[in-house]
Amino acid sequence: MQQAATLPLGTPMGAKPQRAASPGSFGDTLFSAACHAAGGFVLLLLGGIIIELFIGGLPAFRAFGIPFIWSTEWDPVTEVFGAGVSIYGTIVTAVLAILLAVPVAFGVAFYLTELSPPWLRRPVGTAVELLAAVPSIIYGMWGFFLIAPIMGQYIQPAVIDTIGELPLIGELFQGPPFGTGIFTAALILAIMILPFIAATMRDVFQQVPPVYKESAYGLGCTTWEVMRSVVLPYTRISVVGGIMLGLGRALGETMAVTFVIGNANRISASLFGPGNTIASVVALEFGESEMGSLKLSALLALGFILFVLSFIVLAISRFLLRPRLKG
Amino acid sequence: MSATTMPPALGPVKDQAVAAALGRRRKAADRLVRLLSYAATLIGLVFLASILLTLFYKGFGAMNLSVFTEVTKPPGSEGGLLNAIVGSLIQVALATAIGTPIGMLVGTFLAEYAKGSAFGNLVRFVSDILLSAPSILIGLFVYQLLVLPFGGFSGWAGVAALTIIIIPIVVRTTEDMLTLIPNTLREAVIGLGAPKWKMIVLICWRAATSGIITGILLGIARIAGETAPLLFTSLGNNAWSTNLNGPLPSLPITIYSYAGSPFQDWIELAWAGALLITLAVLLLNILARSVLGRGK
Repeated sequence: MQQAATLPLGTPMGAKPQRAASPGSFGDTLFSAACHAAGGFVLLLLGGIIIELFIGGLPAFRAFGIPFIWSTEWDPVTEVFGAGVSIYGTIVTAVLAILLAVPVAFGVAFYLTELSPPWLRRPVGTAVELLAAVPSIIYGMWGFFLIAPIMGQYIQPAVIDTIGELPLIGELFQGPPFGTGIFTAALILAIMILPFIAATMRDVFQQVPPVYKESAYGLGCTTWEVMRSVVLPYTRISVVGGIMLGLGRALGETMAVTFVIGNANRISASLFGPGNTIASVVALEFGESEMGSLKLSALLALGFILFVLSFIVLAISRFLLRPRLKG
Repeated sequence: MSATTMPPALGPVKDQAVAAALGRRRKAADRLVRLLSYAATLIGLVFLASILLTLFYKGFGAMNLSVFTEVTKPPGSEGGLLNAIVGSLIQVALATAIGTPIGMLVGTFLAEYAKGSAFGNLVRFVSDILLSAPSILIGLFVYQLLVLPFGGFSGWAGVAALTIIIIPIVVRTTEDMLTLIPNTLREAVIGLGAPKWKMIVLICWRAATSGIITGILLGIARIAGETAPLLFTSLGNNAWSTNLNGPLPSLPITIYSYAGSPFQDWIELAWAGALLITLAVLLLNILARSVLGRGK
C-alpha cells in the first residue's frame, strides 16, 4: 500500500496531485486559522470582562481600599460606598437557596432515575427542564405578585408565631412579615436553581454502571439503600459539582432577586428582613449613577467582586463535574 | 428464609423477631424516602404549573390586539408593546446571526483541532465559565467597552451583550454533537482525498445539523428573556425605534420597568409581555427537543 501511494509522486505526473492538493491545503489553513482565532476570541472575552470590570472599579478600590469589601456603608450623598451588605446578602441568599433546593432536587433526581414508570420519565424530565428555561424576569414577577403576598399573609406570620418564639434560632425568624426579603429571595432562587441541580444529579445517577446496582439489589437492598450505599458514594463528587453549579447560578441571579429582596442596605438578624445582593444593587442603582462618577465605579467594583466569587465557584464545579460527565 | 432452616452452627445466629423488625424498619425507611421523593417531584411540577397558570390568567386578561399594534404610551392611554417586540426581535436576531458562526467555529475548534491540547482545554474551560457567568456582568462589561467610549446606550451594545451570552451555548452543543460523530466517518472522508475543512463543513457539520440547530434554538430561548445585560447596553426606549445606534426598546426591559410601576394598565401590559416571552421561550425549547429527537 505504501508503495502504491509513493509511486505516483516519483513520476512526472506527480506534479498534478500536488497542484490538486494545494487549494485544499489553502482552505485547510484558512479554516484552521478561523477556528483557532475563534478559540482565542473566547479567551479574550473572559480576559476582557475581568480587566474591564477591574479598571472600572479601580477608582472605588483606590478611594476605599481593601475595607471596601466589608464596609457596610452605602451613602450616595456623601459618596461613601462599601460592599459589605451586598456581599452578605449575595452569600446568604445563595447558600439558603442551596439548602432549600438540594433536598428537593435530590428527590426529583431519585424519582426520575429509580421510581418513575418509564412512560412518565420523559414528560416529567422535560417539565423540570422547562422550569430552567423560564426567564428570570418571569420568576421575579411571579415572586413579587404571587409568592411575596402569600409569604407575607400566611407563611411568615405563622413561622414568626411558632419558630420565632424559640430561643436562639427564633431570632432568624422574627420581625414584621413584609412578604419580600432575604428569605423570599432565597426561596425564588431555590426554585430557579432546582432544575439545574436536579438535571445534573439525574445525569450522573444514570452513569452508575447497572451491574453495581443490580448486585446491591441481589443482596436484598431496598431502592433507598441502593441509592444511599451504591449510587451516592459512586457519584458524590459529581453531585457536589452539580450543587456548586447551582450555587454559581444563584450568586449572580439578578432580575428575580431585585423584585423580591426588599432592597435595603442593611444586615438584619432576621431572614425575613429586607436586604440586597451585589446583582440587585448594580441593577437598581445603575440608573441613578452618572457616567464617570465614584458611585458608578463602586458598582463596577461590586461587579468585579461578584465575578471573582462566581468564577471560583464555577471553576470548582467544572473541575468536579467534567471528568465524570465526559467519562 | 432458607437460612433459618439450616443448622444454626453454619450461619450467624438469627433471631427471627429481630430480623423481622429490621426488615420492617428498612422497608419503612424505603417507603418514607420514596414518599419524600414523590413529594419533591410534585413540588417541582406545582411550581411550574403555578408560574404558567399565573401567566395565563394575568396575561390573557391583558391581551388584546393593541398589544401588537400600538407602541408603549404614557399610563392611562391605550398603549401596546409593538416597539418592544420589534426591538427584541432585532436584537435577538442580530445576536444570533453574529454569535452562531463564532460559536460553531469555537465548538469545531474544540472537537476537531484541539483534542487534549492545553490551549483547547483552556478554551473549553473559559467557554464553560462564560456559559454560567452572571449575565449582569456581561452587561457591565459591554457598558465599559461599547457604551462609555462611544458616549451613549445603543442597540449595537445590546446586540453585543446578547452575542456574548449565546456564543458559549452554541459552543457547548456544537462540540458535544461533533464528538458524537464516529471517527470512521472522518477517516472515510479523508481517505477519499478530501481536505480536512471539507470533511468538517460538508460531512461533520451536516451529520451534526440537528444537534447544532437544537443548540441555536436553546440559545435564542435563553437570550430572548435576558433582561439584566440590556439594562446597561440598549437601555430601553418608550418610543418607536429601529435605530441601532441609539437606545433600543426590548420586551424584557419594558416588562421590568412596567411591572415595577404603580400604574395598573402598565402592570397589565407587563403581564401580557411576560406571557408572550414565556410562550416564545417554552415553544423554542420544545421545538429544540423535537428537532433533536427527530435527528436521532
